[in-house]
Amino acid sequence: MKSKKLSIPYIAWMVIFTMIPIVMIGITAFKDKSGNFSLEAFSKAFGYTGVFMKSLWIALISTVICLVLAYPLAYLLTKMKSSTQRVVQMLIMVPMWMNFLLRIYAWKILLQKNGPLDMALSLLGIHGTYINNTGAVVVGMVYEYLPFMVLPIFTVMSKIDGQLIEAAQDLGSNNITVLRKVIFPLSIPGVISGITMVFVPTASTFLVAEQLGGKDDTMIGDVIDRIFLTDQSTGSAISLVLMVFILVFLILMNLFGDEEAIA
Amino acid sequence: MEQKEKKVIVSLNDIFVRFDGEVILNHINLDIHEKEFVTILGPSGCGKTTTLRVIGGFLEPESGDIIFDGERINGLPPHKRNVNTVFQKYSLFPHLNVFDNVAFGLKLKKLPKQEIKQKVMKMLAIVDLKGYEKRSVSKLSGGQQQRVAIARALVCDPEIILLDEPLGALDLKLRKSMQLELKEIQQQTEKTFIYVTHDQEEALTMSDRVVVMNNGVIEQIGTPEDIYNEPVNAFVADFIGEANILNGTMIDDCRVRILGKELECVDKGFGKNSPVDVVIRPEDIIIVPPENGQLTGVVESVTFKGVHYEMSIRVGKCEILVQSTRCAELNSTVGMRVIPFNIQIMNKLLPIQSNTIDAVVTYADENERYFEFELEDETVTVKDKFIPQGSKVRIYLPFDALSITGEGEGDLTDVYIESVVYKGEHNEIILESDTRKWLMLSDTDEQVATYVPLYFDFSKASFEIISPGEKEGGK
Repeated sequence: MKSKKLSIPYIAWMVIFTMIPIVMIGITAFKDKSGNFSLEAFSKAFGYTGVFMKSLWIALISTVICLVLAYPLAYLLTKMKSSTQRVVQMLIMVPMWMNFLLRIYAWKILLQKNGPLDMALSLLGIHGTYINNTGAVVVGMVYEYLPFMVLPIFTVMSKIDGQLIEAAQDLGSNNITVLRKVIFPLSIPGVISGITMVFVPTASTFLVAEQLGGKDDTMIGDVIDRIFLTDQSTGSAISLVLMVFILVFLILMNLFGDEEAIA
Repeated sequence: MEQKEKKVIVSLNDIFVRFDGEVILNHINLDIHEKEFVTILGPSGCGKTTTLRVIGGFLEPESGDIIFDGERINGLPPHKRNVNTVFQKYSLFPHLNVFDNVAFGLKLKKLPKQEIKQKVMKMLAIVDLKGYEKRSVSKLSGGQQQRVAIARALVCDPEIILLDEPLGALDLKLRKSMQLELKEIQQQTEKTFIYVTHDQEEALTMSDRVVVMNNGVIEQIGTPEDIYNEPVNAFVADFIGEANILNGTMIDDCRVRILGKELECVDKGFGKNSPVDVVIRPEDIIIVPPENGQLTGVVESVTFKGVHYEMSIRVGKCEILVQSTRCAELNSTVGMRVIPFNIQIMNKLLPIQSNTIDAVVTYADENERYFEFELEDETVTVKDKFIPQGSKVRIYLPFDALSITGEGEGDLTDVYIESVVYKGEHNEIILESDTRKWLMLSDTDEQVATYVPLYFDFSKASFEIISPGEKEGGK
């Protein structure tokens, strides 16, 4: 009984700030400008299929790169002395203390024509454009979301009982087989939450693509940002479609996670 | 006995291990024979698990050799040693089912699938887990998990199985049946088992030989009977089973004086009038009418224990524990007899009459009547006694002049409690400071292997001036 009473504020919070807004977006998405029921907004939303695909593509690449970078880093972190571990963890976190906008502008300056990167590479005789393309967007995304991949993997990995590793060695595993047969399978929950925490925000984020990408690199977050003030219905419809994509993705990830837990 | 003929499978030669400056294994020597069930027994912190880890390859000793089947295997990583471990907390792989846990080692050996299956199934049958292959290990009971861990180690067909307190987490009844099962498995598979435990009963029940360890050294190695009947010192006697450990004096060969009475015994060669520890097991004391007793005492308590009665009998200041199937009346005076063979004489753990300190007076004040000296880099102040500066003095502190409770930081701030042995009247405690050992008496039970401050009561001390200090050396 007591626990039920305690949960009332949270339930109220969820209803007011989660349930009601979703319902309102749902209603808005099915209205036309004069307020009548209409599927017009959805037909407009499907005009952005290319942008959807691009967003999911960028999110996927960014997530994969984050995973490839974060997994060894998390593994190395667990091997460090706890004092060094704290310092490295700090260094991973520090960029997140800086404002999101500033971080993106910093990348813009770094990558721009005659910017530091361009200048440095020019000295070596390499010329090229490093901004306003998909690559720059991915770089920005990876930079933004890498900590969200490292930390959950590290957390799960550092909880693996050291004696399990000793047991594996005892049964004939060298360091590589220990990693492959014990550490990796046991760290999968961390990998899954890392993927979720990177993929979902990268797919829906705005500004990164607008600032670092080229003409073709518009992402769905930017579209919503741009049209919502003038056309709430279409903005809501796009949000709903995005939400469905993300839900499907989450369900798939969870299914995968459960299977791993059983196997 | 017959073990002499067996081949030595693993031997530890002069193994020395230190963590953060603290000695964990102090030059251990141990030979283990083929097909033997050896138990390493000792209190927590004695170094028994460390010994196992050295054999398993999880820990490199600072010095000393590990010889396996005639070859030195120092530095060889665990996965290349023909040894498998059953870990204390089982350490089953939570992401694998029972079959895959047991098959883990065989799969790494790249055996054909059919062979793996056959071996795993056979092993699961041995540990009585047929039909559990597909179960998740987290759904098994403690005893079942334990058996999976044993199967997982055994199936790899190693020369030696190391078991680190494998039954520690099980309840008493299950532990008893697993003890028998383990012994059976060992005999059936003909493997060498090295078993670590702090449970003396477990060690006596299962082992061919028991290795008793304390403070990083081996106190005694022997068959369970040897260890129980012929303990080499008061520590072993106290640790294995219940025992009355008394202070005694060897009058002559085969004559010992305890509790003011001379008794006949069978031990020789301790020297005339030398102080010794005397061990009498409670079940070896026979209750007789007072006039027939070698010792007489008053029955202070009687407890029914099922198979026997346990009685506490007071002789002078000492209480003696007696186990007998016949019950003596409470508060009655009874006589006690012990046959000479059942009186065990042992050298004292620390053969000293009193704690002596050889000191040089570093400062002295004649008016305030005190002096100071240095002991292990700490300054000790002796009040109400004046000895001139520069004097060499020998201070005799009786055992009751030492204490580990008092005000302030203590005369020595950090001493190690090495052993606590109950001597019928009070506990005899051996303390170790940086450079030496101390013997102290205490009425309270102190925790072994902990660090405590040490206080001296110099009002009970006697002083012998070896050489007087120079007069102008004063002030």
